[in-house]
Amino acid sequence: MFEGYTAEELQSIFIMQGFSGLSLFSVLLLMGLGLALIFGQMGVINMAHGEFMALGAYTVFLCSNLTHKYAPAFGPYYFICAIIFAFFICALVGALVEWLMIRHLYHRPLDTLLATWGLSLILQQGYRSIFGAREVTPTLPDWLMGSYTLKEGLDIPINGVFVLGLSIIVTAALMLFMYRSKFGLRLRATVQNRKMSGAVGIHTQQVDRLAFAIGCGIAGIAGAAFTTIGSTGPDSGSRYIVDAFLVVVGGGTASLLGCIASAFGIAQAQSVLEFFLDGTKGKVATLLVIVIALMIRPQGLFPSKVRGN
Amino acid sequence: MQTLFRSLFKSRAEAIAFGIFILFIFVIFPLTMPIFRLNLVGKYLTYGFVGVGLVLLWGRCGVLSLGQGVFFGLGGYCMAMFLKLEASDPVTTAIQSTPGIPDFMDWNQLTELPWFWEPFKSLPFTIFAIFIVPGIIAFFIGWALFRRRVGGVYFSIITQAIALIFSLGIDGNQGYTGGRNGITDLRTLLGWDIRSDNAQFILYFVSATLLVLVAFSAKYIINTRLGRVLVAIRDREDRVRFSGYDVAMVRSFIFAFAAMVSGLGGAMFVLQVGFMSPSIVGIVPSIEMVIFTAVGGRLSVLGAIVGCLLVNYGKTTFSEDFPNLWLYLMGGTFIAVVMFFPNGLAGLADKIPMLKPYASKWLNRNKQEPAKAPNTPSSNPVSDEP
Amino acid sequence: MKVSSRFLHFAAAVSLALAFNTAHAKPPTAEVNTTGLAVTDDTVTVGQLHSATGTMAISETGSIQAEQLAIDQINAAGGVLGRQIKVIQEDGASDWPTFAEKAKKLLVSDKVGTVFGCWTSASRKAVLPVFEKENGMLYYPTFYEGLEQSPNVIYTGQEATQQIIAGLDWIAKEKKAKTFYLIGSDYIWPRTSNKIARKHIENVLKGKVVGEEYYALGHTQFGSLINKIKLKKPDVIYAAVVGGSNVSFYKQLKAAGITSEKQTLLTISVTEDEVLGIGGENLVGFYSSMKYFQSLDNPANKAFVAAFKEKYGADSVIGDVTQAAYLGPWLWKKAVEKANSFDIDKIRAASPGIEMDNAPEGYVKVHENHHLWSKLRIGQWQTDGQAKVLYESELIEPDPFPEGYQ
Repeated sequence: MFEGYTAEELQSIFIMQGFSGLSLFSVLLLMGLGLALIFGQMGVINMAHGEFMALGAYTVFLCSNLTHKYAPAFGPYYFICAIIFAFFICALVGALVEWLMIRHLYHRPLDTLLATWGLSLILQQGYRSIFGAREVTPTLPDWLMGSYTLKEGLDIPINGVFVLGLSIIVTAALMLFMYRSKFGLRLRATVQNRKMSGAVGIHTQQVDRLAFAIGCGIAGIAGAAFTTIGSTGPDSGSRYIVDAFLVVVGGGTASLLGCIASAFGIAQAQSVLEFFLDGTKGKVATLLVIVIALMIRPQGLFPSKVRGN
Repeated sequence: MQTLFRSLFKSRAEAIAFGIFILFIFVIFPLTMPIFRLNLVGKYLTYGFVGVGLVLLWGRCGVLSLGQGVFFGLGGYCMAMFLKLEASDPVTTAIQSTPGIPDFMDWNQLTELPWFWEPFKSLPFTIFAIFIVPGIIAFFIGWALFRRRVGGVYFSIITQAIALIFSLGIDGNQGYTGGRNGITDLRTLLGWDIRSDNAQFILYFVSATLLVLVAFSAKYIINTRLGRVLVAIRDREDRVRFSGYDVAMVRSFIFAFAAMVSGLGGAMFVLQVGFMSPSIVGIVPSIEMVIFTAVGGRLSVLGAIVGCLLVNYGKTTFSEDFPNLWLYLMGGTFIAVVMFFPNGLAGLADKIPMLKPYASKWLNRNKQEPAKAPNTPSSNPVSDEP
Repeated sequence: MKVSSRFLHFAAAVSLALAFNTAHAKPPTAEVNTTGLAVTDDTVTVGQLHSATGTMAISETGSIQAEQLAIDQINAAGGVLGRQIKVIQEDGASDWPTFAEKAKKLLVSDKVGTVFGCWTSASRKAVLPVFEKENGMLYYPTFYEGLEQSPNVIYTGQEATQQIIAGLDWIAKEKKAKTFYLIGSDYIWPRTSNKIARKHIENVLKGKVVGEEYYALGHTQFGSLINKIKLKKPDVIYAAVVGGSNVSFYKQLKAAGITSEKQTLLTISVTEDEVLGIGGENLVGFYSSMKYFQSLDNPANKAFVAAFKEKYGADSVIGDVTQAAYLGPWLWKKAVEKANSFDIDKIRAASPGIEMDNAPEGYVKVHENHHLWSKLRIGQWQTDGQAKVLYESELIEPDPFPEGYQ
């Protein structure tokens, strides 16, 4: 398929293809991070993760509407604030869900799957009642849309760069939080030995709630960021959920490093396979590769030595 | 007779509950419902096949498959392929560029029948395939995963990914599978018009009979030594392994059994609904079938079937009256069941004697209430509970 | 079930309705209903079968609204054969077996006079055997792939050739286009449409198809596809991507620097409804080929748009399918009045040749093959989410089984 092109054209294509792999990586990573915390660290299978992402996206939509109505001059900058709002709103809802529902189910991980599926139905229908069944589109600032032309035929999408940058920041923040803060220490202790942690004075319930809230908050950031590349509708979240789980499972659940590695691997596989195969076949091939990899190495890329509980 | 009874039912109350259930589906429903409603009940019963499989696999053996829709679909597609070939004889398809092949193949420029469709011209092969194809595929998936001790959540997520692969694979190969529209416009089975009221009445009874047989065989498995090993595996997998049992083999066998039963359900679904499409095999229907089972009771064969009937009955009636409210109600029910009644309606039924131990004689008569209640269209399942 | 028999009093609706209405004496029920349909001396019950919930609710909401508007207007103007229309609305819930179940309920239990409904091909295929067995009548609003001509369906949208051929001719002439890249969601309508497009490009326009690809519905990552497009440098991107994928596709195209300044793009799957989700700024300058755009400049359309906005809010938009759905009740009313009966067989016999001079899209006529004669229009999208109509074809004859395009 490459005959008849100059070396320069091919070079541009390969650079862009490399970048699209990288931007897919950042998308998967952003989806997976929140889940890695909730599922990987706490063992809760949050099927409503996608709906938290949709909540983040709707937050951006609301912010966009409010900004353009009351403070149009703020238009170019509101997006950054909207992302922060999305984090806090999702975290708040997450904490509420944890308090009402999840905390009663920690000892039954498979049941969290069913209960959160029910939650996702309710949230989806809620979005449909509040925002209408149709998709909505927030007005995005101009600086975010469009491309940066390095040279003729070599365009780098700005929103891709933005999502990549955001995912790096979120990952770094989460890593610092997990491995360098007091809370992170408590969380890791709770995951490794809940009873013992309680005995040495860690308020494990509080730790759980905060961890769940942060996981949901990160989902909100992801959803907010995805308004630049995808759709915002009642069922937008459900499009991401399987991919997000595969990233986390592929990474070996208990380590953030594994999550990063598996997001990278899956993104590159999908990006390359979609380039050489077409459309649906590329996606099927990617999923097959992941499933077979998991069959061969069920612990994932970076298995944990210590299991929770 | 006595021993057969013993190997099926642990208590008399259980047998009575089953009897009431049989009374409902074989006598009361057919007598009181118009054929259109009866056909709907027949459709719900086909989900019951999946439910029975899930009771063994999930309730008893402790592995939750989120890909049962795949096996339901495989059985359904086998049946649909046979019926489609019968519906595509050269005379009815004369306007196609290639007469004698299914219409969707013609639309996709196929000029001859693909090789894997050929055997489905034969009904015996089709019936064989309905069991064997899901069974073998499940066995190998199960064997590959269980041998490496993949269990719990990992197994669920992988089976979910398989469900996605399966539905995408059907979508992406439109010429061979009918794609997203599925295989539609099925008419006759060996010349017998399956769309007529008469045929649907008969198919309802066939479906119900098969389901009862499947339920009995599942109960039989539960009450044998194998059934006890299953529970042991669920509760303490490593100890069973140390005792010398081949845990992976037992689980794979049960997974395959559940898949075969689901495949049978899929085939009955196609006969009663008249088409098959990938929307019935993907992630969402697979999870929904798990939920039906959870509502009815993951430990109880009868509970799972009743759960399928009840949730679908609710879906039909509520969605006729309050389409928007229905999803809230359904979501709320799932959360409530999981949080407060992890063993579903059947679990509630079992609790009755514990709540009032002194009135045991009177209660033994009432023990079957909850099993009966879900079958009564007018009654509300929750309000019937003490 | 939702029974709607509200009267509309606002001027626009009434004036439009009056324009359609012809005075009729009320014939006795026994005469106009010989097959036991739900027709009384004062009312006739019809069914409406769309997805109000689930993934397809995004698309079908507009059709539900348009049909209800048409029915309200007909009732306000005196109903059909002197009978008010009552609606039983059923929810297909984006699930094909549910569609089949509800279709059966409407026809068997409710005995409705006709059904307005369905959107996707899959849902239509699922209900078709039910309609044929129970002898019902379905008014189907979506533009679709053709290859079908059921005696129990009136197709008020375009079949594939009506939407494709004239559009390709225009773009080939206007843009001197020779090479095309065909993209679609992975199901029958995009595949059949692209098959017809490819035949037309290769055999008639003597052009070249440099790529043809399909992505699963709901796919959100188009990076690799966009790079392939850049590699092939087609004159025209020909897109039939639907649903949520649409939004991702156009946002990512724009982000990769593929804008209308550098690239011609013609789509057959973007209407005003989709633009709402995609955002006008992401589509500016791209072309859609449709039979209807909200911006059409004629009095009937202006009245229709005004009535629609009055009922559903000033922010609501009307796409091609929404308008086609609006035609359904009117065409049914005309057929009933021509047949002077609600019987399905008589409506079927009366339907071919039914005309409407003042439909929002202009003149329409029902063909012998149950499809509508319609025009094709090319619209160019503007930042405000509306299209500027650049081209309008002659009336095109519907041809669901096109010779030479199979």
